[in-house]
Amino acid sequence: MRTDRDTPLLTGRNLLLIRGDRALFSDLEFDLGRGEMLQIEGANGSGKTSLLRVIAGLTPPQEGIVRWRDRDVSRKRQALHDDMVWAGHRPGFKGDLTLAENLRFEAGLRRHGVRPLNTTVKRLGLASLMGLPFRVLSAGQQRRATLARLLLTDAALWLLDEPLTNLDVVGQTLVAELLDAHLAGGGLAVVASHRDLDLSAAVNRLRLS
Amino acid sequence: MSNPRTDMPSMLSGLGAIVRRDLLLAWKRPGDVLTPLIFFIIVSSLFPFALGPDATQLRLIGPGVVWVAALLATLLSLNGLFLGDYEDGSLEQMLLSPQPLPLVAAAKAAAHWIVSGMPLIVVSPLVAVTYQLPSATVTVMFVTLALGTVSLSALGSIGAALTIGLHRGNALLSLLVLPLAVPVLIFGARTVSLAAANDAFAAGVYFLGAYCMLAVTLAPFAAAAALKISHE
Repeated sequence: MRTDRDTPLLTGRNLLLIRGDRALFSDLEFDLGRGEMLQIEGANGSGKTSLLRVIAGLTPPQEGIVRWRDRDVSRKRQALHDDMVWAGHRPGFKGDLTLAENLRFEAGLRRHGVRPLNTTVKRLGLASLMGLPFRVLSAGQQRRATLARLLLTDAALWLLDEPLTNLDVVGQTLVAELLDAHLAGGGLAVVASHRDLDLSAAVNRLRLS
Repeated sequence: MSNPRTDMPSMLSGLGAIVRRDLLLAWKRPGDVLTPLIFFIIVSSLFPFALGPDATQLRLIGPGVVWVAALLATLLSLNGLFLGDYEDGSLEQMLLSPQPLPLVAAAKAAAHWIVSGMPLIVVSPLVAVTYQLPSATVTVMFVTLALGTVSLSALGSIGAALTIGLHRGNALLSLLVLPLAVPVLIFGARTVSLAAANDAFAAGVYFLGAYCMLAVTLAPFAAAAALKISHE
């Protein structure tokens, strides 16, 4: 399944997660190397977000292990978080702050590899929105603004939860372009989405039922 | 993708970024800052009206009333310490950022103290005047309130981190924090009373200082563990 471009940086082994009295997934395995993307598919409530949270080290799985560069992410979170961007379904920006203030704060949290804000803003066409409070932006604009987080650093791993939600056709193409460029540059991505992203890069698929 | 090792300057800049952002937010939403402050002023200034202008009586109850008001005002504001960030997802972002979790917790507690603890200290001399406390006592009240509110913000961050996932966790939060806050109240109020009676009060200040140091050093780690649990 995996094209052998590199040794896998992100691996999941034998993962089991139980929520309530139901196993969301069991015996789940994946390997992800540079330039590869894993798309998690499945109906609503099938555990796509839960799997992303397990990979990010937020939720420890009942069984199994996720490793980033051979380190267990539930124990050694720092190495992963240093090199990861998370784009969840909540924006993670403060509504009362302007987009510029929000992004500057995000950049302040990173420890290295921060890219200049101007290029990111230009690339995403956000320049006219920078001075507005995040709260007044439309849902689509907010979604587009959260994409800026991905370009803010040179982090290798992107974890995206339903990145196409609320985006128009142009925005959806933009997400695909960003992902393609990221993967071509040797990045990795795990994307939870029930829709196809129309990428030129090869996509590994993982279906949860 | 460069060296992932920790280095101090960037850790402190992360702490600074969180504190700066919270202060900016408080500036844009002054209601959040003013609510506990106004509560403190109203509660502590109502007592003289109810009890009459007898100077000896006021001097006797003054320190206790001011301290109870300060404690309640702090408890009132604790609920919002992590809640706003939890609801809009920015807490999740901070948990998944390269910053160490105890540092995030410490920064949030520090910002909470600047926004809700410091204003109480600043207006406390004014309140002391309404109780006709001698001017030497005002300094003692100032110092004890400073040490006490820092402790309360630090200890409160543990409770706030534990209760973020719960709906209407406010009552539980108060119950959790209260046992840890009672020593601060006892020593704070008693120290000011002793000072007002021209008695030796230094031991109380030392205790509050020690308690404050303990809270500041240990609370970020406890709050970090609590944040981790409530995000599983």
